[in-house]
Amino acid sequence: MNKRYLDYLDQLEAEAIHIMREVAGQFQKPALLFSGGKDSITLVRLAEKAFRPGKFPFPLVHIDTGHNFPEAIQYRDELAERLGEKLIVRNVEDTIKKQNLSEPTGRYASRNGLQTYTLLESIEEFGFDCCIGGARRDEEKARAKERIFSVRDEFGQWDPKRQRPELWNTYNGRISLGENVRAFPISNWTELDVWNYIKREEIVLPNIYFTHERECLIRDGKLMATSDFIYRDPEDEIVTRKIRFRTVGDMTCTAAVESVAYDIDTVIAEIIESKISERGATRIDDKLSETAMEDRKKGGYF
Amino acid sequence: MDILRFITAGSVDDGKSTLIGRLLYDTNQIYIDQLEAIESSGRVNEDGQVDLSLLTDGLKAEREQGITIDVAYKYFSTPKRKFIIADAPGHIQYTRNMVTGASNSNLSIILVDARNGVQEQTRRHSIISSLLGIPHLVICINKMDLVGFDENVYNQIVEDYKQFAASKLAAKDITFIPISALRGDNVVDRSENMPWYEGPNLLEHLEKVPVSNDFNLDDARFPVQYVIRPHTHEHHDYRGYAGKIISGTYSKGDKITVLPSGQTSTIKSVELGGKELEEAFAPMSVVLQLEDDVDISRGDVIVKQEENLDVSKEFEALVCWMNNKPLRAGAKLLLRHNSTETRAVVRQIQYKVDVNSLDNIMDADQVQLNDICRVQIKTATPLLLDKYENNRANGGFILIDETSFTTVGAGMVESITHESELNYMI
Repeated sequence: MNKRYLDYLDQLEAEAIHIMREVAGQFQKPALLFSGGKDSITLVRLAEKAFRPGKFPFPLVHIDTGHNFPEAIQYRDELAERLGEKLIVRNVEDTIKKQNLSEPTGRYASRNGLQTYTLLESIEEFGFDCCIGGARRDEEKARAKERIFSVRDEFGQWDPKRQRPELWNTYNGRISLGENVRAFPISNWTELDVWNYIKREEIVLPNIYFTHERECLIRDGKLMATSDFIYRDPEDEIVTRKIRFRTVGDMTCTAAVESVAYDIDTVIAEIIESKISERGATRIDDKLSETAMEDRKKGGYF
Repeated sequence: MDILRFITAGSVDDGKSTLIGRLLYDTNQIYIDQLEAIESSGRVNEDGQVDLSLLTDGLKAEREQGITIDVAYKYFSTPKRKFIIADAPGHIQYTRNMVTGASNSNLSIILVDARNGVQEQTRRHSIISSLLGIPHLVICINKMDLVGFDENVYNQIVEDYKQFAASKLAAKDITFIPISALRGDNVVDRSENMPWYEGPNLLEHLEKVPVSNDFNLDDARFPVQYVIRPHTHEHHDYRGYAGKIISGTYSKGDKITVLPSGQTSTIKSVELGGKELEEAFAPMSVVLQLEDDVDISRGDVIVKQEENLDVSKEFEALVCWMNNKPLRAGAKLLLRHNSTETRAVVRQIQYKVDVNSLDNIMDADQVQLNDICRVQIKTATPLLLDKYENNRANGGFILIDETSFTTVGAGMVESITHESELNYMI
């Protein structure tokens, strides 16, 4: 074999590092959006590879719905502490009070959609001109058409018809005042690529990614962790199952999957065997309509 | 396991969406919930099977208008390779999208309807692939089921295509495969209907085509993206130049020149993730430290002294115009080449290229959206350029509108006037 052979994970890593450094080089005030999920944890490792031994040229920003898994929040705080990097947390709760928004109600009540308001508020508060996110094109068909540098207007809106052509590895981050960019370094990674990278890099994840017993309620055939935040019907069936989370988001819209996968290898084996997509298995928010993601992105979501 | 990036070009009628759907479906990349979404839309083909073309169906905005706006990216992998598909719409008004998708691809799949043979669209897609420097072409003669899997039909199309390719295309590696995307013949499984075809099926070919040689490892080019200066006690004097090796190789001890300044030094270390490497090569993202304290910032390029390279401000290029407002001679634009951005003026539009025939159209004072033209450009800042045909990674650039900041053109360098030559002319 050619000795100058670059494995697919090395190629994906090189591309992601290049994108992060373009963000650092082209923008005045970038931020890395950190959720505590595996994709943003991967972004943090890539940022270490891109900028060490220097400091990150951006803070980590978490838009906290207040309904997150405590395990993810603890992980977030410990990680920022260990890295010695700045963590900014902004709460959806505060935005609700400040902007007098109505708290969603009913069976599918979730603050997930309200994150957009807090995100836009934070962008304004700190003057962020670029937010790095962990979205991947394999997740969803609207994301399949997303750019690596995605220009948003001052309302954060994504307009598929206004997208800039993106050629070679040349990213155009020029924006007018008020606009901002979302940058997606792991656009070309799949769920499995992320897990294989986590394995190779020996990254420690929050334990909710692995099997554990948890009390859940069954909603539309999906297992939702019980918490104070989730809407309950008197007739909801409550069960205790061995589960893990395939994605980690807001507790009110992230479903669990039944699993006995206890480490990275068994998780990888499970994903290879899985017949259901990552978002299909775990996201209530995408199921609400066929174009749910497209609509949310147009409204300023990731 | 490595990565193959390929583009599929074709219109709805060619069966392009069906082919992609087939590749994803037969390699088990389609999940139940995605199939259910299609089934619930109620659209099935004449055999009562799920219409695989719907797997690549796009946005609401596109469905409403019955068009494809944009390049969509799809992913699948086999134990041998990870594949990234740039799925570009193929109508003539979407040259822009195909150029975009082709810019990052190593291979182009071009679909020919067996009933129609080589068409204008076949030639257009082939020519664009060739102009964008894609080294491998796969010509899939599709819908063989509709011509009775006839070997003669296939041979005639191959003959016609070869004749066209010989005079118009730069690509050296052209492979022909007779397929039926709808029925799956020769896509992932060998066709029992075409025993006369002895070559590989499409997936076998995609898995085997050699791509590691597609990276240029001869011409060392390292555009600096970012300077790492920790200013900590531990790393008090650390100064690392962060960037991606877009072509060539770099090792400790290499004698280097920084362009455009011309300062020289020696590589003290090549690092990735805090670890020193013996050697790094394209397309790795690394950090270089130098022996001497030289003044380097973003946009500078680190090259090898032995290459004796020179920067330039004047060059000629092919440009694909991507904006609704036409391009005129004298236009002032921003030009981004790797990590350098500079002002530029299009001094002359020499001719337009007919993408259906590769003929030159001389009378070209205005260039419209989706036109490809040859232009003379002058930049404010000197650039280290390569001819696109010699080094794809350093021969491409984009043009940006000075007020809207949108990307309005994609350029490929064809000839360069070096600074030193200009001096001789005076």
